Amino acid sequence: MIDKVENPVLEVHDLTVTYHRKPVLWGIDLTLPGGVLAGIIGPNGAGKSTLIKTIMNIVPAQSGYVEVFGRPVQEVLSRVSYVPQRESVDWDFPASAYDVVMMGRYGKIGLLRRPRKSDKEIVMECLRKVGLEGYHNRQISQLSGGQQQRVFLARALAQGADIYFMDEPFAGVDAATELSIIELLRSMVRQGKTIVVVHHDLHSAQKYFDWIILLNMRLIASGKTKDVFTEKLLQETYGGKLTLLTNISELLEKNQFPVREKK
Amino acid sequence: MIRISLAFLLQDGSLMNELYIITTGALVAGTCSILGCFLILRKMAMVADAISHAILPGIVLTYLVFDSKDSFLMLIGAGVFGFFTAFLIEWIHSRLRLQEDASIGISFTFLFSIGVILISYYASNIDLDMDCVLYGEITYVPLNTVTLQNGLNLGPKALWTSGAMFLLVVSFVSLFYKELRICTFDPSYAVSIGIATVIWHYALMGLLSFTTVICFESVGSVLVVTFFIVPPATAYLITNKLNHMIILSVLSGIVASVGGYFLANLLNASIAAGMCTTCGIEFLLAFLLKRQKR
Amino acid sequence: MSMWEDLLLFLSLKDPNVRYVVLGLILLSSSCALVGCFTFLRKRALSGDALAHSVLPGVCLAFIITGDKQSLPVLLGAIVFGWLSLYTMDYLKRNTILKEDTVIGLVLSVFFGIGLLLLSHIQHSDYVNPSGLDSILFGRAASLVEEDVWWFGITGVILVTVIFALLKEFVLICFDEPFARSISIPVKMLEVILTTLTVMAIVTGIQAVGVVLMAAFLITPAAAARYWTYNIKHMLIYAALISMSSSVAGAYVSYSFPKMPTAPWIVLVLSLVAFFSFLFSPHKGVWKRWMNMRNNSAKILEENILKTFYHLGERENVEMGYYTEQQLNSIRGFKKSDLKKGLRKLIRLGYVKKSGQSYTLTNEGYRKGERIVRLHRLWELYLSNHVKIAADHVHDDAETIEHIITPEIEQKLEELLKSPLIDPHQSSIPPSRW
Repeated sequence: MIDKVENPVLEVHDLTVTYHRKPVLWGIDLTLPGGVLAGIIGPNGAGKSTLIKTIMNIVPAQSGYVEVFGRPVQEVLSRVSYVPQRESVDWDFPASAYDVVMMGRYGKIGLLRRPRKSDKEIVMECLRKVGLEGYHNRQISQLSGGQQQRVFLARALAQGADIYFMDEPFAGVDAATELSIIELLRSMVRQGKTIVVVHHDLHSAQKYFDWIILLNMRLIASGKTKDVFTEKLLQETYGGKLTLLTNISELLEKNQFPVREKK
Repeated sequence: MIRISLAFLLQDGSLMNELYIITTGALVAGTCSILGCFLILRKMAMVADAISHAILPGIVLTYLVFDSKDSFLMLIGAGVFGFFTAFLIEWIHSRLRLQEDASIGISFTFLFSIGVILISYYASNIDLDMDCVLYGEITYVPLNTVTLQNGLNLGPKALWTSGAMFLLVVSFVSLFYKELRICTFDPSYAVSIGIATVIWHYALMGLLSFTTVICFESVGSVLVVTFFIVPPATAYLITNKLNHMIILSVLSGIVASVGGYFLANLLNASIAAGMCTTCGIEFLLAFLLKRQKR
Repeated sequence: MSMWEDLLLFLSLKDPNVRYVVLGLILLSSSCALVGCFTFLRKRALSGDALAHSVLPGVCLAFIITGDKQSLPVLLGAIVFGWLSLYTMDYLKRNTILKEDTVIGLVLSVFFGIGLLLLSHIQHSDYVNPSGLDSILFGRAASLVEEDVWWFGITGVILVTVIFALLKEFVLICFDEPFARSISIPVKMLEVILTTLTVMAIVTGIQAVGVVLMAAFLITPAAAARYWTYNIKHMLIYAALISMSSSVAGAYVSYSFPKMPTAPWIVLVLSLVAFFSFLFSPHKGVWKRWMNMRNNSAKILEENILKTFYHLGERENVEMGYYTEQQLNSIRGFKKSDLKKGLRKLIRLGYVKKSGQSYTLTNEGYRKGERIVRLHRLWELYLSNHVKIAADHVHDDAETIEHIITPEIEQKLEELLKSPLIDPHQSSIPPSRW
């Protein structure tokens, strides 16, 4: 069940990613229509984060390519926004919520320039949107986990992008915050934005997303939630790894074998 | 011999000379502190330590090849070694797959031992000795002055070089503050908005190496690391804004160089070591002031 | 005197000075290496470095108080400050926002700075006979005396005895501390013992090698040994041996070239041994990985050539046709030199025969080529049926995987796919020959 869409905003073509020569993603072929709230679902170690990191060109791909809005992602960075996992940064960093959200404007401000008044207004507006207006001067380590997550979200909003890739934005977030974030994401989708979320909770996935990507080292399904969220496909995603694929991965790593022959 | 004349010089209490030494110390401490803020936030304090040791062979080789203590040549020679060390540590860690702490430890002891061997072997050819490696020669700063052709004395050379380095670092950090901050806080996000984190990393490593060479002349290669780490750590305890942290660490560095000078005079001890001790005292005060973990 | 006689004289240990230096260094370096293995495994290399630097104020204070520089008080001062630095690091790590690297660097430089302050104070003041105190900075490896050897010997015996008595427990707290706690092993006490051993080794060691290079004596032999074995006991022995032989080598260099300092030479030799191990060890060495890659690409090339023969035959429906290099190249763009090299190798292995300008497969070669094509098509089918990769994308992947599939995996594929006949591109899959 892999839906191929016309005029996709995101196209992943035959993407293979290896870590120390061990493939973690095999031949992913994926298209995503615009204006959806999509969830990437799969067990631990399925390569969900790796997939969006590769899409963002943070992790190199062994083969295949990614196009966003029909162009390589480096050419459209101003329209793309990435939200890393909350644990990936040191929250003791000496910065306030405002400072972090301002980082979202850096791409637009450019080298050697300072933030303008309009940038500052956008930052305050984004903080307000995620419900942190009173916290802009708060040191980031003094925010709760959910607030830190919302700071990251506000930073992404401040970028003013058209497509967002979010890595586990609900990790360590309380239920109320999770709902308010989902509400915010929905309203963004209504404005025509596309949002891709790495998510690990199967139960809420069906409620939250209108497009679902099932991943476990390979792409198992990608399509509208009602089509993809079936017993059979979920079983296939969570029912353990494919032994043969794992065997081969381990052989490749052990023998330092290239996953693609040199051209 | 020099020590005696120097003791005389100090007893003479020439205010100008005291001022020269303290100012040079302050400039060096300030330069190191600014860079140090980024280093400790990037968890690279020990890489800075390693580089400060590992530039020694660079300094000695430049000295041997060009037979001069020309700061510019030294800067290049040792700068190359600084880069090389940063690269070596990274290479051993990622390509040879050795754990990071050991790759830092092995790289710097390896290069430092080469430096010590070179110094001992060519001891007669160069007036570098291990004392200088440890303490530097900040005491001799007033002796080596720049004189123009018309006889105009412009003051100590070290003052000019460390001043230039200070200006370079201040302008670099203020021009690229945004980029340095985002690369330090969240490198993968920085990549996602199109910032070349690798370039900024090596730019920082380059400045670090250059600064270390400049400092080598005044505080010695082993004590440089104090200025890189301690004032920023002190400031980090006190404030929670990056720009305040930078300013505070510079201030703390300046205070340390003034305090250190008088402490050393009081104990009749090495000025560089006095400055380091003062840095430590400042840290202790800051720690007592802000005892609780935030 | 020739180099050779020089070496013999050195090794005969007739000269008492040489004897003390060599014996002392052997004892010292091996004890440090043994303790260093645990420092290395617990990833505390840099704390060890900081510890070595931090004993300096202790030594100086002991001298200022007692006026004596070579006895128990100095040792005691060093041990006290060694512990103090470890405690400070631990305390700061737990009670401030500072991260481990900053804390290590901070303690290292502040303690060392205070030490140098005291040392320079001593040197510039009128203390009686302070000369030699600064030997602790760079060591006095070249001038060890009988008394030192005794000290090193005693320390060495203590270290070795304790390490081997508590080996099991130490290994456990290095690899899996939470597990050790869970089976009620007194982790805290073992840590204290291990730390005491480390402090002892460092305090003894710096007398010979000095504070700055001490870290190398702890870490470098352990890191080198780690590349030769997975067994902790072997690692301890290798580290000790590496360390001893490097020490003898270093001592020899400074014996024959009096201007050469001993400790830095030992560190240099140790580092070279370590780099050699990183590069050439059979388990983890880079060379091994590099050779592996070369072998892989040779294997890929040869099998691709065999496959090409098979494809040409399949196209013309003959089994063992004769083909020129151009014909082989028309199916698959080989690099000219590669093709020649591969063919030569295949002829040598008996898979290909040459007649005139043409080549043909031998029976064995034919079967091998057939197997590769079979594996290629089986893998394509597997990817397309089970991994759900589109039929037009399975080829590239199969191009490499065909070279690595083992007979066991082949059999599993066969069973899983139920002995298929047709691949996703409607080519027939050659049947298994066993």
